[in-house]
Amino acid sequence: MKFRVKHKTRYQYSAPVSMCFNEARMTPLNTLHQRCASHRFVVQPAPEAIHKRTDYFGNQVTHFDILQSHQEMSVTVISEVEVVNRSQQSLFSADYPWEGIRDMVKSSSNPEHIALREYVLASPLIPLLPELEQYALKSFTPKRSALESVRELMGRIWTDFKYMPNSTSISTPLHEVLANKQGVCQDFSHLAISCLRSIGLPAAYVSGYLETLPPPGQPKLEGADASHAWFAVHLLDSGWIHFDPTNNLMPADQHITVAIGRDFADVTPLKGVIYGGNEHDLNVSVDVARIEDL
Amino acid sequence: MMKASPAQDKKNTLQDALASYPAQLAGYDEMWSEKKGSIHPHWQALMQDLSELGGAELAKRRIETRRLLRENGVTYHIYSDPKGQQRTWQLDPIPLVLSSKDWEAISVGLKQRARLLNLILKDLYGDRRLIREGLVPAELIYAHNGFLRACDKIRMPEQTPSLLLYAADLARGPDGRMWVLGDRSQSPSGVGYALETRMAMTRVMAEEFRRTQVHRLSIFFRNLRSMLASLTAHRTDDPRVVILTPGPHNETYFEHAYLASYLGYSLVQGEDLTVRDNKVWMKSLDGLKQVDIIVRRVDDSFCDPLELREDSHLGVPGLLHAARMGNVIIANPLGSSILESPGLLPFLPNIARKFLGEDLLLPSAATWWCGDKDALAHVLENLESLVVKTIDRRKASIFCHQLDAAQLDSLRQEILRTPHIYVGQEMLSCSTSPALHQQALVPRRVLLRTFLTAHQNDYDVMPGGLTRVAQDEHTLFISNQTGGLSKDTWVLTDKPIHQASLWPNIAQIEKLVSREGVLPSRSGENLFWVGRYSERSEGLVRLIRTTLSKLADYDDYRDESDLVVVQHLLKTLTHFTLVMPGFSDMADQEKLRNPDAPILDMILSRKHPSSLVSTLSSLMQSAYNVRDLWSVDTWRVVDDIDELIQGLGNNSQNIFSLPSQLDKTLSTLMAFTGHSQESMPHEHGWYLLNLGRRIERALQLICFIRCCFVQHSGEVPEHLLLESTLVNHESMITHRRRYRSIQHMFTVLDLMLLDGRHPRSLAYQVAKIASIMDTLPNPKGAVPAHHLTPEQRLILKVHTDIRLADVGKLAAVAGTHGVRKSLAKLLDSTEERLERLADLIHQKYFTHTQRAKQLAPTRQEMP
Repeated sequence: MKFRVKHKTRYQYSAPVSMCFNEARMTPLNTLHQRCASHRFVVQPAPEAIHKRTDYFGNQVTHFDILQSHQEMSVTVISEVEVVNRSQQSLFSADYPWEGIRDMVKSSSNPEHIALREYVLASPLIPLLPELEQYALKSFTPKRSALESVRELMGRIWTDFKYMPNSTSISTPLHEVLANKQGVCQDFSHLAISCLRSIGLPAAYVSGYLETLPPPGQPKLEGADASHAWFAVHLLDSGWIHFDPTNNLMPADQHITVAIGRDFADVTPLKGVIYGGNEHDLNVSVDVARIEDL
Repeated sequence: MMKASPAQDKKNTLQDALASYPAQLAGYDEMWSEKKGSIHPHWQALMQDLSELGGAELAKRRIETRRLLRENGVTYHIYSDPKGQQRTWQLDPIPLVLSSKDWEAISVGLKQRARLLNLILKDLYGDRRLIREGLVPAELIYAHNGFLRACDKIRMPEQTPSLLLYAADLARGPDGRMWVLGDRSQSPSGVGYALETRMAMTRVMAEEFRRTQVHRLSIFFRNLRSMLASLTAHRTDDPRVVILTPGPHNETYFEHAYLASYLGYSLVQGEDLTVRDNKVWMKSLDGLKQVDIIVRRVDDSFCDPLELREDSHLGVPGLLHAARMGNVIIANPLGSSILESPGLLPFLPNIARKFLGEDLLLPSAATWWCGDKDALAHVLENLESLVVKTIDRRKASIFCHQLDAAQLDSLRQEILRTPHIYVGQEMLSCSTSPALHQQALVPRRVLLRTFLTAHQNDYDVMPGGLTRVAQDEHTLFISNQTGGLSKDTWVLTDKPIHQASLWPNIAQIEKLVSREGVLPSRSGENLFWVGRYSERSEGLVRLIRTTLSKLADYDDYRDESDLVVVQHLLKTLTHFTLVMPGFSDMADQEKLRNPDAPILDMILSRKHPSSLVSTLSSLMQSAYNVRDLWSVDTWRVVDDIDELIQGLGNNSQNIFSLPSQLDKTLSTLMAFTGHSQESMPHEHGWYLLNLGRRIERALQLICFIRCCFVQHSGEVPEHLLLESTLVNHESMITHRRRYRSIQHMFTVLDLMLLDGRHPRSLAYQVAKIASIMDTLPNPKGAVPAHHLTPEQRLILKVHTDIRLADVGKLAAVAGTHGVRKSLAKLLDSTEERLERLADLIHQKYFTHTQRAKQLAPTRQEMP
């Protein structure tokens, strides 16, 4: 499946911003299942310089500084991405009992396994909570298949937690999400990751896009999509397997991966430091369109 | 016991001095060998000297060191902060002596350790062999909050070590070997204190120091300078080095300022730097200057709010990326705090064998990382005899022998929850060394901080260090928090000592001649305010004095004219201090009858930002913000001002005890002015200081004249007011010489406002301001060279109005209301323009620091 993703972020300020320093993680990754064919990154007003680099986690980072006074900044990213159907993948993935993966990650001297230990530890936004360990163990019964267990955990989160826009903010801690049983995709992903790490499985946070389809008979609205997030579990030989707890499904060919990290803080799409600005108005629009449709 | 005994005419002997020393020993002692029952040979000479001096003399010298350190402003506290603890660095006059053989072994071990830590640092932010090959458990690194993933793959130039500065805390164990208790790798502090300690000792123990062959410290600083200079040799032959400090509120700010002035680097705070085009620039009075090397005293996670801690206001946004692009070198590189992890200690011997092919020479304090099953079991079992630390500094160290059973148990539970972030460490009982207690020598435990700098493909060790001393005989473990009692460290040498100069040789100097020190804008702003506050304080003290003396006159003679004068002076004082309503209502007779309390308020109240005490505090604060720019003697005077503030604060509420203190304050302020005039180079900073001074003096004079003379107050009172004006402005003698016995409104206004030759006159201030405005730099492209700047225009207008003024008109009283209209007009327009000028200067030269804040985050909240 080929997609054209247009991700536009616009800040309007009530007072001039004299300068700003930013870094963006908005470039889709090249992986086994996806290829970023073209990518345009446009900032208004024009930055002094744009630098690209690959970060610690292998994500594409774009640095840009704006040194002229401005009251509006827009970042428009247009990417064309080809996604290979990964529905096959889960079938082939060796299906270990989950304890086997846990023990292997813990004690293996294989460098690739050692590196996974980073994803078993707590991370800045994801503490390991005893309540979540208990929550997870209900699905991770002894000797059960890892894949099956994760699927069930995802399903339980989908059932037990309610999707509620604006019910949480970026700084809402996990225990609050757990208490209120509601949140958005970012919260559900953090929640699932904490569950998995609490029982010793390596889990990562994935930032990206999802193609949404309009209700039957209605035209698709421009800008109706949003930046999305889900999680991945490393099942050793099968690598990172993705799960979308907000929609209770395993991504096939409609999820576009932009960045992978320990949690949202590692993959924040757009970060910046500004001088001035006072009040701001933020507007984000995302369009994921099939290229065949264009 | 060591006693001064003038009664017995007997020489102090070594036997006396040491009579009770051995009995107090508990463990290894640096000076006394229990085994042999005698002094270690390398202490012999010093102990002989000390015993001849006698306890009383040593105690005197201790007081002398305290005075020296205090006067030089050696502190471990925040200046002039009434809430802050006064913690002057305290010095024990008995040095720690180390033999050259002993030191040789220590320095070889330290250099090896620095080389090893450097390789570890490069590896952790490079290939991470340590993790991949299992030399270090992955969790130890991944869970450490100083492992900054944003710093991954940032490389130093070819052949350059990453660990440029390093310090290690050493203690001698019961076996007589030196053990490393901890490594300091991100911005090791203490070198400045070590240096200042040495300077004080060479004055107080000059004879003894000369007689003992002790290694000098200056060569270390020369090597440090040349190391920093060599880092960018390929880019520029005169790299700009700055020291980045968190600012005056940091407890070791003294040291940052001290090192900056000793090494000749600019002292900057985060907001003095900015990133443009991925390069780092310092905001200076004449524009942006590129910075090549940053010696940082800011913790690494605080250095860049874009990529590291978002809540930091101490850093520079974009700094990390500039370092990543190789455009600036940071010493030590960001991310180096991970080397301080006590969790690494158990793994060092193995890493040394792998990375260096050598055995680790200096042992580390025995440490167990709880992430390992066996180590965890050991720690849990032996908990009460261990110190428990976290691998990073997220929690304070816990000395378990101080805990009760319940606390131990809850600690065990805590460790079990996240074992990989804890270590247990053996409590090493440090060796003791003689220290002066009252007048006797007693053994006290000591801890030695040693310092290293990268130097020519290896490391150079400072031959000496900062020895910290336990406060009393019960203190077994020394921490920074117990306060600063330190002593000098004397490393003996068999070779003759050569004085090393800090500065490069002549050939290099030629390139550096006649370069004006670049002044950060923030320092410029502080100097401007030092000028304003010092002048404001001085004017205020003079006015208070004049007022109090007139008040005394009135009390003595009860003359109504005196009362009118007092009224006017009090009104002026009210306008000076802005303590409203004060005496601004001339009809308020009640207040006038009991003026003491409001006057004291204007002088002493810290609530009012313009009271004398507050103004002096503001002066202190501004001066402290540019601590690095003052000479030692100037600082001594600044320190006196601090004492005056304390003195005034302690004053019992009696107005008549004030004059003597005011006199003292005035002479201290005058001394400060004199010092700053005579010892500062006439560069941008000096001009700004004087600009502040001149503007303030002009504004005060305008305020004074307006309050006293715009409204005519009657023949006799006005005559008295004229006299007070001249007295208050130190102009009586000049006036007399110029106008003989005539004293009239004409003559006084002429002298005080229009006479450009009189340094107290308005015309004089304005002329000076105009000439300073001609001297200060104009950032490129502001105005064509033949045009006047807006500031120059403004001051020219003021100057012209004053020169065109007709003194007859100024003195003339118009109408029945008795107002001097032209005088009022001249004063008002001059005041308004000068204030506008001050605004323009602010906009043009100083940092208009807008607080950096985070861009509002976008969320991932798709259904």
